[in-house]
Amino acid sequence: MSERRLPPVTQLGMLSLALVLVAGIYLSAHLPEHVSLGPAVALLGASALVLIVNLLALSRVDGFHWRRFFEIGRWALLAYLVIAAMIEYVFLRNHTSGGPLVVLTLSLVVFAVNVPVLIGFTVARYD
Amino acid sequence: MAHAVASSAGAAIGDGPPAALERPDFQIVPRAGLPIVAVVLALLIAGIAVNELWPLEFLHVVAGAAWTIIDLFLGFVLGPIMGKLSMPARVEFTTRLMPKMVLIMPTVVTVTLAAGWQLSTHLGTNLTVNPLHGWVVASFIVVGVMAVIALGLLEPANIAVLTELKKPQPNGEVIERLMKRFIYTAGATGLMQIATLVIMTKLGSG
Repeated sequence: MSERRLPPVTQLGMLSLALVLVAGIYLSAHLPEHVSLGPAVALLGASALVLIVNLLALSRVDGFHWRRFFEIGRWALLAYLVIAAMIEYVFLRNHTSGGPLVVLTLSLVVFAVNVPVLIGFTVARYD
Repeated sequence: MAHAVASSAGAAIGDGPPAALERPDFQIVPRAGLPIVAVVLALLIAGIAVNELWPLEFLHVVAGAAWTIIDLFLGFVLGPIMGKLSMPARVEFTTRLMPKMVLIMPTVVTVTLAAGWQLSTHLGTNLTVNPLHGWVVASFIVVGVMAVIALGLLEPANIAVLTELKKPQPNGEVIERLMKRFIYTAGATGLMQIATLVIMTKLGSG
């Protein structure tokens, strides 16, 4: 099977996912008590940066099947936004607020974008 | 033609004369299952809203048990069986099993995590002063590792196999490669579930 050269989207996506999950685990391990946001913000920032680099690298691929990527990715995004919303709901139910809520919400956004990118890429790369 | 697929697992099915791979008609996301998912998520929302021990424990234990058992069964029983099936048999099995997994797995994982967090808050095991807090954090770490494997490799492979099988002329080599990825990652998450069992039984017994 001839394989065209593609950026390491899966590897970078998994790295971004791992970083944002570590941020979430760090916050969850301390909530509802006081938690220093520094490590979580750093991890979230690193995760978002890797996600952006990943999307930029993918956008430079010639002949990538974007139609298929978005066709699959939009439904996956819808599904993972629902999942993220359920997790957000449980934190809101427990009165999480302020900085921790902002970091958790942004972490869930990065999570909800990362998974559709991984799914859309894996599908579209074989088209 | 399906026989030709079995004899050329490494070759593109689309090569040469048009191949007519025997595939049952299927939906990548079975629409009939969506109302069931909606009902389960509604129960989850209600369970978290009422914040009573029994509904939370029910949701967390039922969904968590389903998640663990499915992962173990897929990783250690079905996975190796699938790996030994002929290509046409594997394709037929895949088109019947995997669409259901597309709905079941994200649903049971979401219910387990959301109800689990609420249950932990209800019982106070998420407080750092609680003697079981370390075990709760250990469960977060195990779930985190499983999430990276499942969301980065397993779920995309599942969707990609189904999308490939929907094509008029699926590529046998792509299916073979993605199925291999699916089977190996299912085994890895199955292994991680053993850690989940250790942690959860410890938390359950106090």
